[in-house]
Amino acid sequence: MNKKQRTMLVRILAAAALLIALHFLPATGWLRFGLYLVPYLVIGYDILLKALKGIKNRQVFDENFLMAVATVGAIALALYEGSGDYTEAIAVMLFYQIGEWFQSYAVGRSRRNISELMDIRPDYANVEADGKLTQVDPDEVEIGTVIVVQPGEKVPIDGTVVEGTSSLNTAALTGESLPRDVGVGDEIISGCINMTGLLKIRTTREFGESTVSKILDLVENASSRKSRSEAFISRFARIYTPAVCGSAVVLAILPPLVRLAGMGLSPDWGTWIYRALTFLVASCPCALVISIPLSFFAGIGGASNAGVLVKGSNYLETLSQTKIVVFDKTGTLTQGVFAVNGVHHSEMENEKLLEYAALAESASSHPISKSLQKAYGKEIDRSRVTDIQEISGSGVMAKVDGHEVAAGNDKLMDHLHIPYIPCRSVGTIIHMAIDGKYAGHIVISDLVKPHAKEAIETLRRSGVAQTVMLTGDAKKVADHVAEELGVDQVYSELLPAGKVEKVEELLKSKPERAKLAFVGDGINDAPVLSRADIGIAMGAMGSDAAIEAADVVLMDDDPLKIAKAIRISRKCLGIVYQNIVFAIGIKLACLVLVALGFANMWLAIFADVGVMILAVLNAIRALFVKKL
Amino acid sequence: MKKTYKIDVDCANCANKMEEAAQKTEGVKNATVNFMTLKMIVEFMEGHDPKTVMEAVRANCKKVEDDCEVYL
Repeated sequence: MNKKQRTMLVRILAAAALLIALHFLPATGWLRFGLYLVPYLVIGYDILLKALKGIKNRQVFDENFLMAVATVGAIALALYEGSGDYTEAIAVMLFYQIGEWFQSYAVGRSRRNISELMDIRPDYANVEADGKLTQVDPDEVEIGTVIVVQPGEKVPIDGTVVEGTSSLNTAALTGESLPRDVGVGDEIISGCINMTGLLKIRTTREFGESTVSKILDLVENASSRKSRSEAFISRFARIYTPAVCGSAVVLAILPPLVRLAGMGLSPDWGTWIYRALTFLVASCPCALVISIPLSFFAGIGGASNAGVLVKGSNYLETLSQTKIVVFDKTGTLTQGVFAVNGVHHSEMENEKLLEYAALAESASSHPISKSLQKAYGKEIDRSRVTDIQEISGSGVMAKVDGHEVAAGNDKLMDHLHIPYIPCRSVGTIIHMAIDGKYAGHIVISDLVKPHAKEAIETLRRSGVAQTVMLTGDAKKVADHVAEELGVDQVYSELLPAGKVEKVEELLKSKPERAKLAFVGDGINDAPVLSRADIGIAMGAMGSDAAIEAADVVLMDDDPLKIAKAIRISRKCLGIVYQNIVFAIGIKLACLVLVALGFANMWLAIFADVGVMILAVLNAIRALFVKKL
Repeated sequence: MKKTYKIDVDCANCANKMEEAAQKTEGVKNATVNFMTLKMIVEFMEGHDPKTVMEAVRANCKKVEDDCEVYL
C-alpha cells in the first residue's frame, strides 16, 4: 500500500463509521442534512473537486462528473421530497471509492508480482583489481574485462568463462529447472544464477547489449504494443460514457413529458430523475478499461516466467488464433548435430563395435568421427591404433589392437570385396569390417529432439489444424523425420528463399482468421520469421538477429514450449473475452433494469464495483500458466 | 526519435485519455501510454524539440486528467 492508498483507506473507514453512527441518531430536518453532509464530504470531496476541474477544462464526461452529478442529485431529491434518505447517495460514493481503492491496490500488486517474476536484473558486477574484489555498476564494465561471479550471484554480463567450473540455474531465463554445467571456454549469458563454484568471466558484450538487458527491455515494452481488443475497449469507452449520459437525460425528461401530454397522468418527475441518476452511477467503464490491459499484462508476465517472451499484446492475440504451424527442421525439430542413432547387424557387442570405429576414426576431425568418439564416450588411447590409412571419400582403414579395422561407406566395402548388408535407416551409414569380415554398420544422423513428437501431438490437441515442415535437407531424410514426428506436410530441398515462397503460398491459401506461425531457430530464417503472421524463434538466447525478427522468443530450444505459448495466449485471450462479455453484459442488463424501475442506486453501484472487482481478479488469473 | 517517460496516473481510463491528449499535441507523431508499466512512449516529428513538445504534452495531459504526472 502506498501513501495515497493508506489515506484513502482511512477516509473509507471513517465515512463508513460515521454513516453507521448517524443511522442511530434521531436527527431531522436541516440538522439531519448537515450531519449527513459530513461523511459525504469526507468520502467524496476529491471527486467533487475533480468534477469541477473537469468542467473548467471542458472535459465534462468523466467518471468524477458522473458520480458528482448522481450523488448530488440524489441528495437534492431527498431534500426536495423531504424523505431525509441521504444514506443512498453517501453509500454510492463510498462504494465507488472502495472500488477505486481496490483497483489501485490490485494493479499495484500485480505490477509488483510481475516485476518479481522477472527479477533477473543484476545490481552489480565484481571486478578484480590489485587482488581485491570491487562491486561496480554493470553499466561501467567494458568489453573484455574479467569479472568474478561468486556462488549465489547472478551473472551480470554475457561472456566466456576463463576460470572455474560451476552449475548455472537458468530458471529465470528459460523456465528450465535443470541446472546447466559450465567450464572454461563456455559462453554464458547474463541473468543465470551461479550455483556452486566461483567463475571468472571475460565479458564479450556491454551490459546494455547483454541478454539480460535485452530481455528486460523486451518484456517491459511488450504491453505497449496494443492488441485489437485493447483498441476496441478504448473506442468503446469513448462512446459508452457520453451515450449513457445522453440516455440519462432522455430518461429524465421524455417519460414524464409523455405521461403528462400523452396519457394525462401526473409526470412523476421524482421517479424518473432518480432513475436517470442511477443510470449515471452505472455508466463508468472502469471495469472494462482496467481489466483488458491488466489481463494482457498478466499474460505476458506469466509467459515470460515460463521462458516464453512475447513482444506485444497484439502478438499474444495473434498467437491465440494460430491454426497452422510451420517448422524449420534443423535446429527446431532436430538437434542440428550428428549423433550415432543406431548399430545394426553387429556380430559383437555394440559398445565394442563403436569402440573399434571410434579408434579407427580417431585421427579424423570430421563431424562423423567426432560423433563416433562421443558415442564411445571414453578417452581415446591413440597408442592402440596404428597404420591409419584414410581413403578419401570412402572411409578409414587402421590397425586397432592388432585387428584390421575398416570403417566406411558402401564404396569402401566394394573396394575391399566384402559383402555388406544395406541399411534401411536414413542418415550416414558406416559399415564396419574387422579382419576382413563384415561386422555390422553404424547409423549416424541428425537426432530428432526428445520432445519433438510430443510437441506436434500437443499442438494438434491444442487446436492447431495443420503442421508443416520446411527444410533444405534431402527429400528422403525430410520425409523420414516428418513421418516419425507425424507432421502433416513436408517441403524439402528448399533454399532459404524457397522457404519464404512456401510460407507465402501457405499464407495465401489459408482462411483469413486462421493465423500462420513460423518456428525457426533464428539462423538464416529471419526473412521467414518476419513474413509469417507470427514468427517464433527458439533457443534464441544470445542470437540478436532472431530476437529482432521474431514476435515470440522461446528462451530454450524445447519444441514443447510452442504449444505452451499457444495455450498461454489462448488462456489470456479467453480471459479477455470473458471480461469484455461479462462487463458489458452486466452493465447493459443493469441499465435495462434501472430504466424499467426494477433496480435502485444500490444495485447500480454494486454492479459497477462488483463487476470491476471480479474482472480484475479474473484478469490476474492470466498470470498463472505453470500447469498449461 | 522515440523517447520513454515515466508517468503517474491512477486509473486505466485516465491513461487512455492521456494517450489521446498526447497524440493530439503539436510535434508528436505518435504516443502510447502503458498503464501497467506507467510509461509513456512518445515519437516526435522531425524538427521539433522534444523538450518543448513534452512541456506541451504534460500541460495537455493535466488538462484532461488533473490527477496525473509526466516526469520529464
